[in-house]
Amino acid sequence: MEIFGIPHQAFMGQLLLGLVNGAFYAMLSLGLAVIFGLLDIVNFAHGALYMLGAFSAWIMLDKWGVNYWFALILAPLVVGALGVIIERLFLKHLYGLDPLYGLLLTFGLSLILEGVFREQYGVSGQNYPVPELLSGATNLGFMVLPNYRAWVVVASLVVCLGTWFLIERTRLGAYLRAGTENAKLVQAFGVNVPLMVMLTYGAGAALAGLAGVLAAPIIQVTPLMGSNLIIVVFAVVVIGGMGSILGSVITGLGLGVVEGLTRVFYPEASSVVVFVVMVIVLILRPAGLFGKEA
Amino acid sequence: MNHYAKLTRITYIALLALALAAPLLGLYPVFVMKLLCFALFACAFNLLLGFTGLLSFGHAAFFGFAAYITGWGIKSQGWTPEIGILGGAIVAALLGLLVGLVAIRRQGIYFAMITLAMAQMVYFICLQASFTGGEDGLQGVPRGNLFGVLPLASDTTMYYVVVAVFVACFLGISRIVHSPFGQVLKMIRENEPRAISLGYEVDRYKLLAFVLSAGLAGLAGSLKTLVMGFATLSDVHWSMSGEVILMSLLGGVGTFFGPVFGAGIVISLQNLLADKVGAWVTVIIGAIFVVCVLAFRKGVVGELQAYLERRRAAKA
Repeated sequence: MEIFGIPHQAFMGQLLLGLVNGAFYAMLSLGLAVIFGLLDIVNFAHGALYMLGAFSAWIMLDKWGVNYWFALILAPLVVGALGVIIERLFLKHLYGLDPLYGLLLTFGLSLILEGVFREQYGVSGQNYPVPELLSGATNLGFMVLPNYRAWVVVASLVVCLGTWFLIERTRLGAYLRAGTENAKLVQAFGVNVPLMVMLTYGAGAALAGLAGVLAAPIIQVTPLMGSNLIIVVFAVVVIGGMGSILGSVITGLGLGVVEGLTRVFYPEASSVVVFVVMVIVLILRPAGLFGKEA
Repeated sequence: MNHYAKLTRITYIALLALALAAPLLGLYPVFVMKLLCFALFACAFNLLLGFTGLLSFGHAAFFGFAAYITGWGIKSQGWTPEIGILGGAIVAALLGLLVGLVAIRRQGIYFAMITLAMAQMVYFICLQASFTGGEDGLQGVPRGNLFGVLPLASDTTMYYVVVAVFVACFLGISRIVHSPFGQVLKMIRENEPRAISLGYEVDRYKLLAFVLSAGLAGLAGSLKTLVMGFATLSDVHWSMSGEVILMSLLGGVGTFFGPVFGAGIVISLQNLLADKVGAWVTVIIGAIFVVCVLAFRKGVVGELQAYLERRRAAKA
């Protein structure tokens, strides 16, 4: 069976790969949006934190034999704790300044993190084995579905929807949204805003770490895996706008699929297609697909 | 004011004398030339960030693409060096026009992200296009004869050409900033809505500033190809965009001499440390970034100026 002259299996394979990438875009742009909302900081270090998540999982397995499922919980906790430290040590001095300084500071931090890991592990990739439970593939009749990839898509969707629920439907989320609108007023009502800000950054960092663990068995774990991804995620954020959580999830998944389809039909353009979409969106709808013009 | 202006002038004259005498003092000319190329790059970047208030996170695209154009033109099209440099700068300015048209549609933090993304697109194009030599880049670009008569193969000759180009561009940038056009740019930096309400077509001014900055960054990249004889992917990589930001930030955003000073520090540091500490260079660069943002956002030259101002105010 063929679709537009492309073998069916290859087509579905690329589509799935696109969805997997899209799931990572969605998780990372979600974290960026939440952090930007409350801290007014575009977290360039998000890519480095994602890398750190993957590396923590790999180191835990390599050094102490901690398996994938424990790493899935422990690595985000480690990265989240580092996020809390970063917020306390550095970011807290920048509130009220031009958001550009936050971008530059987190850029510096990501250079430091990346450099340390490059010094320790070089640029070649480390392999992280697919957990036994999820290895192999399921034949669905119309395609062969690698179990681990399916798990990544489902898991990240659950995480994204969970985050959405937490922010839009719970009391804690209501404080968070209020803090985004007017932090001073919320503080006046007796909410501990600095604590909330610190935990928000920690949670955003943990989310990036979790994405890193999920990615570890699919891609090579390298010190540079984050910075290459973060630039694409920035484009995703520009396309979607940082105003809406579901918006960033939909944009992330959609762009992953677009990228996958491009890899089928015109592979040379697959690395730039997200940027091309960004240019088109900026021309037609400068505020982004789900954004409000500030 | 008089005292201050005099001090500035004396500093510049001393620095120019130092630059002219550098080869006689035994400074390695290729190193100083490289430094001047990056200083020019940083000055071009500062025209945009320091005097217009736009943070471009993609200036490596202009620097690197122009470097490739010059290398390709001289190596495989038989261009003379002056055509090579001019061609690189013009192509970079045109690229700046395209990127600028898209990027100025958003402000602030989005502007930075858009320029970064577009520069990444240029990076991938350079990676895949055939004229750039892919992963290897362009190596062994000959310097040729300037205007067909002046052979540049000698480092000393090349050095004085680079100094001349740098001084001309530095004066040019200073002229732009002090012109009525430059004053409008400063107004946009300080208060964009105000500028709009006064009837200025802000987008047109921003675009022109962007194109000028891109063109000058391209000139720096072209000159670098000519000096070093190669153009590689690291010239268009995002880390280069980061480096030029650091140079401006470290020296002093919005000062004239700051970017030159910052470029001097960063390039010397890389030169000193490259073969000694390996990947730690990245860590050190990152640490300087963090310290700059946290401790002295005005940069070294900016803080010095502020100190002199304060002292003068205290005297008066």
